[in-house]
Amino acid sequence: MTDQTLGARPHLTDKEREGVIDWSSGPRRFITLYLPLSLFLLVLLFPFYWMAITAIKPNAELLDYKNNNPFWVKSPTLENIHKLLFQTDYPQWLWTTMMVAAVATALSLFSSVLAAYAIQRLRFKGSQYVGLAIYLAYLVPPSILFIPLATLIFQFGLFDSPLALILTYPTFLIPFCTWLLIGYFKSIPYELEECAMIDGATRLQTLWRITLPLAMPGLISAGIFAFTLSWNEFIYALAFIQSAEKKTVPVAVLTQLVEGDVYHWGSLMAGALLGSIPVAILYSFFVDYYVASMTGAVKE
Amino acid sequence: MAIAAAEARTVHSLQHNWLVRLFDYKPFLIFLCLLPAAGFLLVFLSYPLGLGIWLAFTDTRIGRVGHFIGFENFESLWYDRVFITSVWNTLLYTGVATFGKFALGLWLALLLNNHLPFKSLLRAIILIPWIVPTVLSAIAFWWIYDPQFSIISYVLVDVLGWRDTYIDFLGQPWPARFSLMAANIWRGIPFVAISLLAGLQTISPSLYEAAMLDGANSWQRFRHVTLPMLMPILAVVLTFSVLFTFTDFQLVYAITRGGPVNATHLMATLAFQRGIPGGQLGEGAAIAVAMIPFLVMATLFSYFGLSRRKWQQGEDND
Repeated sequence: MTDQTLGARPHLTDKEREGVIDWSSGPRRFITLYLPLSLFLLVLLFPFYWMAITAIKPNAELLDYKNNNPFWVKSPTLENIHKLLFQTDYPQWLWTTMMVAAVATALSLFSSVLAAYAIQRLRFKGSQYVGLAIYLAYLVPPSILFIPLATLIFQFGLFDSPLALILTYPTFLIPFCTWLLIGYFKSIPYELEECAMIDGATRLQTLWRITLPLAMPGLISAGIFAFTLSWNEFIYALAFIQSAEKKTVPVAVLTQLVEGDVYHWGSLMAGALLGSIPVAILYSFFVDYYVASMTGAVKE
Repeated sequence: MAIAAAEARTVHSLQHNWLVRLFDYKPFLIFLCLLPAAGFLLVFLSYPLGLGIWLAFTDTRIGRVGHFIGFENFESLWYDRVFITSVWNTLLYTGVATFGKFALGLWLALLLNNHLPFKSLLRAIILIPWIVPTVLSAIAFWWIYDPQFSIISYVLVDVLGWRDTYIDFLGQPWPARFSLMAANIWRGIPFVAISLLAGLQTISPSLYEAAMLDGANSWQRFRHVTLPMLMPILAVVLTFSVLFTFTDFQLVYAITRGGPVNATHLMATLAFQRGIPGGQLGEGAAIAVAMIPFLVMATLFSYFGLSRRKWQQGEDND
């Protein structure tokens, strides 16, 4: 994305992009660049370190700062994680979350590819306004929709069923994915599709055989992004699901692991950590796609 | 026999052609392609939006069909102290958190725009707070803000000796509000920084060279080159940021649940509390609907106020 917009000078290295002569000397560069940067990193990452270290601390160390250094753990234990996996419904919650996220993502991708293709390639009168409407749909936040949606879900008899989440998540996934894919489709030369159609391919064949393979990076971006968004979704899952064993991880950790006034911080942190790991793994494999989809969505 | 077979094939290929032609008939294809997306969005987005506005004018409760009661919900909210506090909280929360996110995010973006070793790794690490489910990192903040075992208090009291007592982060209204804002800023910095970094990288270095030849110092280069060039992206990111901060629910619900004594409720959390556990669907919907004018104003302001650029999907922009 960045390279395209640079246009005239596509092969800039970082050194060249920096462009102007670097006047700052070593110590000054340290103060103005490396010091603030490491402070940022420290603050941004500390909560995760804290989460991880708390998850493996035994209770004796956890609640005694006088005799133990709280930043370190002397005798790490897997007790919290063990308790989480074998004495609660945690594996079930993980499974539900994964299933809901995967199905919602698949549904949204299917709808978005078709919609983006119609808007960007089958240009018709008013296609711009359809695009605008989908963009506006992205601006409608779940916080103002969940109450009427709850009554709707109840009327459909979907309350307390994973289907309620699978059907409502596309409302924020489709606008996002469509928007992203319109941008990707726009970057694919239309001549390729024209060639295919001259050779006798129908429009749907063109979409399936030419456009989609070329738009693969866009599809992957949209897919993993949608998956992450559904994994992180909270308010619908909190409002539409009641029984403990059907909850998604974010909701279950907050509502099921907090019992009364005594907070079991060890297992809470273990739950938070385990719930973050799947998206973190997905993220680590597809970092560039994430960055592309995020900046792409902003720029398009 | 041969003739019959040939006829059969023509019929078959005619039927085939008929189907193929239908699927290549543009209006039909457009209709078919837009159907799934439009179906989802109409049933689960547009209809609930309208239904929500209708519910706001009724006295619906869970398990009871409501009747139209005009502006009664809004009137009672107007005299409802908790609601008024939640409106001020939301405005303050949005203002302070957005300002913090953008100031720090822009700074981080400018830092990352330098020539650095391991740049892409750095960028990947910085995005982590934004990838992890908000509720789960909010729980970590809840633990960081614990009155007895807060690590921040530990550092301030026992390591640095700057304070004598542990801070009661979430027990008092104002500290609780600022703690929530800090958590929101923490969560928002990566998104702002990485988006703005993408914008920074599209600014041609020759502009800086020209400015330098004209004798501009680094502040002037930032003020007269970087900032104007960044404005379009800044406007879009700001719109999104304001929108999602204003309607934030997860952080507050996870960390304080509106407490202490309803002092940190945002409009979204109050709507939830009244609507779902409280069962007053009509009143909850009224609170949610009361957010809409603010949202429209904020969106229009940040979008049209900051950039004159038209929506990019059209052909003739820029």
